[in-house]
This record gives sequence, C-alpha cells and structure tokens, in this order.
Amino acid sequence: MSDAVFTVAFYVFSAVTVLAALGVVLKKNLVHSALLLILAFVGVAGIYVLLQADFIAAVQILVYAGAVAILVAFGVMLTKRGDIRESNLANRQKWPALFVVAGVFAVIYALLGQTNWGPLAAAGPEDSVGILATLMLTDFVVPFETAAILLTVAMLGAIVIAKEVKNSK
Amino acid sequence: MNIDYSLLTIEMLTAGLALGLLVLSLVVPGDQRKGFGYLTAAGLAIIFAISFAFNGVNKEIIGGMYLIDDFGNFFKQLALVAGVLVALASIPYVEKLESYRGEYYSLLVFATLGMVVMVGAGDLISLYLGLELMTITFFVLTAFKRGDSKSAEAGIKYVLLGAMSSAILLYGLSMLYGVAKTTVISELVSTIQAGQISPALILGLMFLVGGFGFKISAVPFHMWSPDVYEGAPTPVTSYLAVGSKAAAFAAFVRIFMGGMPQIQEIWIALFAGLSALSMIIGNLIAIPQTNIKRMLAFSGVAQAGYILTGMVAGTNAGIKGLAFYLMIYVFATIGAFTVAIGFSNATGSDEIKDMAGLSQRNPLMAAVMLVCLLSMAGIPPLAGFAGKLFLFSAIVAQGKLWLALVGLIMSMVSVYYYLSVAKSMYMGEAADPSPIEIPGSLKLVLIVSMVVTIFLGIYPAPLTGLAEAAASVFALK
Repeated sequence: MSDAVFTVAFYVFSAVTVLAALGVVLKKNLVHSALLLILAFVGVAGIYVLLQADFIAAVQILVYAGAVAILVAFGVMLTKRGDIRESNLANRQKWPALFVVAGVFAVIYALLGQTNWGPLAAAGPEDSVGILATLMLTDFVVPFETAAILLTVAMLGAIVIAKEVKNSK
Repeated sequence: MNIDYSLLTIEMLTAGLALGLLVLSLVVPGDQRKGFGYLTAAGLAIIFAISFAFNGVNKEIIGGMYLIDDFGNFFKQLALVAGVLVALASIPYVEKLESYRGEYYSLLVFATLGMVVMVGAGDLISLYLGLELMTITFFVLTAFKRGDSKSAEAGIKYVLLGAMSSAILLYGLSMLYGVAKTTVISELVSTIQAGQISPALILGLMFLVGGFGFKISAVPFHMWSPDVYEGAPTPVTSYLAVGSKAAAFAAFVRIFMGGMPQIQEIWIALFAGLSALSMIIGNLIAIPQTNIKRMLAFSGVAQAGYILTGMVAGTNAGIKGLAFYLMIYVFATIGAFTVAIGFSNATGSDEIKDMAGLSQRNPLMAAVMLVCLLSMAGIPPLAGFAGKLFLFSAIVAQGKLWLALVGLIMSMVSVYYYLSVAKSMYMGEAADPSPIEIPGSLKLVLIVSMVVTIFLGIYPAPLTGLAEAAASVFALK
C-alpha cells in the first residue's frame, strides 16, 4: 500500500470515528445514538487494520460493533418509556462541559505531541492470531485465567442484580 | 515453558473456594443454607494459615509476569484475614436476605481473589485484571440489598465512577507502555531513564495516580466514597474500605517504588500533594457527619492521606510503615464497622446520635468502638500510634517535616470527632435503655479486632518483622 492511500484512509477512518462519536452525544433520539455508536466502533476497527492489528480489528467488529451494539439496542427497547424522539437529552451543562473537554484535550494533545515515541517496531507478524493464542496460554496465563474468572463473576452479578425481587415468602 | 504451579497455591485455593461455594449454593436446598458464612470464614482461614508457608519465598514466574514475594504475601495475608473477619461479620446480614445467600459469600471470596492477584501481579495486565475482578465484584456486592433504593443508588454511582476511573487508569497504563515498550514492571526500571522523561510519561503517571487514587479514595478522587459507603450493605462497606484500599496501595508501591524509583522526585511531589489534601479535607469534613458510616468514610479518606506519607518517603522505611499501618487499619476499621453492623441489625439505625448510651446497652460494642476509633486517631498505647510513628518518622528522615506536621495537627483534629462518638456512647442518655444482643459471630469479630489492636500497640514486633520483610523486597534506600 502506498503512503498516500494509507494517509487518506487514516483521515477517512478518523473523520468517521470522530463525527459518529459526536453524533452519539448530540442526537436526541437514543436509537440514532446507538446506531452512530456502531459506526464509531467500525471506524476504530478501520484504524486497527491500518496498524496491521488484524485480530484486534476483527474482535472490535465482532464484539463491539456486533454484540455490544445489539446489547445497547435491546437495553433501549426494554427500558424505554414515552417518546423515543426525546430519549437522549443533554442537561444544562453543555457549555461548561465543552470548555472542560476542550481544555483536557489541549493538555493531552500538547503533551503527547511533544513526546518522542522512539522508533516503531518492525512490521507486525504474519500470523498474529497464532502468536496471540500461544502467548495467552504461556506468558499471559495468569491474566488469561483471571479474565475467565472475571467473566464468571460478571455473569453471576448480572443475574443477582437483574433478576426480579420475589415478593413471596 | 515450565511454570511451577505450586507457587500459585494461594491463588488457586482461593479461586477453588469461590467456585466451590458457588456450586454448593446451587446444590444445597434453599432452606438448609445456614452454614455458608462459617464455611467461607473457615476456608479463608485455612488459606491464610497456608500462606505462612510462603513467608520468605521470593520467586518470579514467567520472567517477572507474576511475583511470589514477601511483599505480595503480606498483602495476600491482609486480604485473607480481612476476608475471614468480613465473612463472619456478614452472617447476621445474610440471614436476613431472601435469596442468593451462597452467591454473596462466593462473591466475597472472588473479591478476595481479585486483591490476591492484584498484589502478586508483576506486570500491568495482570494487575489491571486483578483490579477489575475486585472492583466488578464490589459493584455487585454494593447493590446487593435488593429493593433498597440507597443500595441501588450506591451501586449505580460506584459503577459509573468506577468505570470512569478504570478508563483513566487504562489510558495512563497505555501511555506508560508506549513510553517504556514493556508491561513487565521490573523492566520499567531499565527502560525509563531518569535523564529523559517524556511529557507522555508525566501524563501517564498523573492518570495512574488518578485511577488508583480513586480506589484509595484520596482527595480529590474521594467523592464517591461517602455515598457508596452509606448505601452498600455494611459488611461490604467494611471490606471495600480496607481491602480495596490496601490492594490499591500495594499496586502503588509495586509500580512506583518497584518500577520507577529512578524518577522518584516527580511522583513524590504528586503524592505529597495528595497526602496533605486528603489529611486536611478528610478530617475537616468528617467533623459535621451525623451518620456513622459517612463519618467512617471521611475518616477513611484522611487515613488514606496518612498512609500516602509512606509513598512520599520513597524509602524502605516508608513501605514498612505503609504495610504496617494498612494491616492495623484492617482491624480498626472492621471493628468499628462491625459495631455499626450489630447496632443497625438491632435498632435499624446508623446515626451517631442514636448510639447514645451504648455503653449501658452493650458494653462490649462501646468498648470496641472506642478502641478502634482511638487507634485510628493514633492514641498510645494502641496500634494506630505505632503505625503513625513509623510513617511520620520515615518522612521526617527524608526531610519532609512539613508533611509530618500536617499529619500530627490533623490527627489532633480527628481526635475531636472520634471522641464525640465516644462521648455520645459513654455520657449520652439512651432513649431506649434496653440491652442490645448481638450474634456470636459478631462478638468474635469484635473481640479479635479489639485484642489485635491493643496487642499490636503494646507489642508491635511480630507485625513489624513481617512488614520489614515485605519492604525488603524493594531495593531502595
């Protein structure tokens, strides 16, 4: 891939991500926000592809654009009462929030921009999935197992909190 | 690659206990689930006893990814002993639950496992996963009082603010990784050079301090703690107060003292500011509180400030003071909260004014509350005095007299609100002078907390030895 195509693709994906993310916050209809959220996830996945992180990009689309977005849509469907067109309202702190966010962004941008990140690593491996799989069960076995337990706890917790309170007894 | 799995005995036993309790709660019929609390406490106590076999074992697994050392073992023992006490203190509360009794204890052990993994982690990914295991379990436990709006509110607040702090922490960790190009903490020492500190590293450090500062509830990241402490079931509050705080402090020591001692002057300034702010604001806001749980929450903020002075010292003596203080803080805090559990179990109130005349209604509860509060204030001969002595002498040795002075002055301020509880308990006239009965498991927790707090104040040598061994893992001054 030539550098020019690469650069154009980067700016396209970045623009899609940022604009979609802005839409998530600014749209008044929660369903529109949820759909734009999917678009933002896809934009991020595109950037991962440009970074040659193919596995992460696939996971990003499967888990975030797929599962999480459907979860959000279900959440909207099951909890919404009243008019859907007015379901994602902003409070009165819009302008102070913009001010704070712009300040934080300026500080982070300035500090990260001045940093010399050092030489980039050589091109990524051909078979990233295979290497990741080996690493997860060797070097990263403790965090891998911890993550498994974490998921069990999350599922248990979701059942405990969400299941309706019985009035019997 | 060969891994010596016997080094992970504590982790595996804790995970096994949690999963076993989960299965058992499904198998045993609902009306026979009585002994779960004692079973949990006994299981954790056995693991606690086994953990002493690891004293003096200093090994690393998989090239420093996971560390089995005296420092990690000290904090594992802290998490386990706190788990035993909290499991016992939970028994009267869980008996009142309609359902999910077994699940409650299972989650309690999962939270312990999260702390155990967090304090043993040698790389940033294990550390983060341990932290999340602990935090997500606490989200569930906080909202465990089903149908209670305060508990639900506390749960939601904790989830939202906790998720935000996790995001900030993760952002900081990613910057640290970007600068150092490694997630293994012991390799940070060689990859981050003192001479060339990049702006991204400073930003990353600030985010790390913010993320962990949330967990230890240091000012200005403390705003969640009073509401969550008040809304959560009280046994959960006591575990949140000691366990979450101790594990986050252990992570601070691991990352900053273990990974970045070469750039000390940068983070010491950050910690000194946090410490002074926490001591001042925590103690001043604790004064007007009328609810015992909120008062203990703000006193916990102030305690985080005292403990942070151990980080400011940046020496082995500082780590020793920090470890010692956290261990005695476990007993003082769980003791005080257990009195609150027993009191609200009998009367349904958490208000300090309702505790008037407690010394006549239940002398044991009043005595334990008095001992625990005075220990937190640092009155000799109780354990808190020895702890503050270690911490403050460590920072004075580093020439930070001003911070020690702030600590001393604010300790005197704290005596005021601690003693006003004591005054209410001993001098106050009870509106309802009937005696308060508390269950045997609570009595056990109260007596253990009181005896340990008094014993370690008079004779701190056994714990000092352990804390010294824990601190000696780090090669500092």
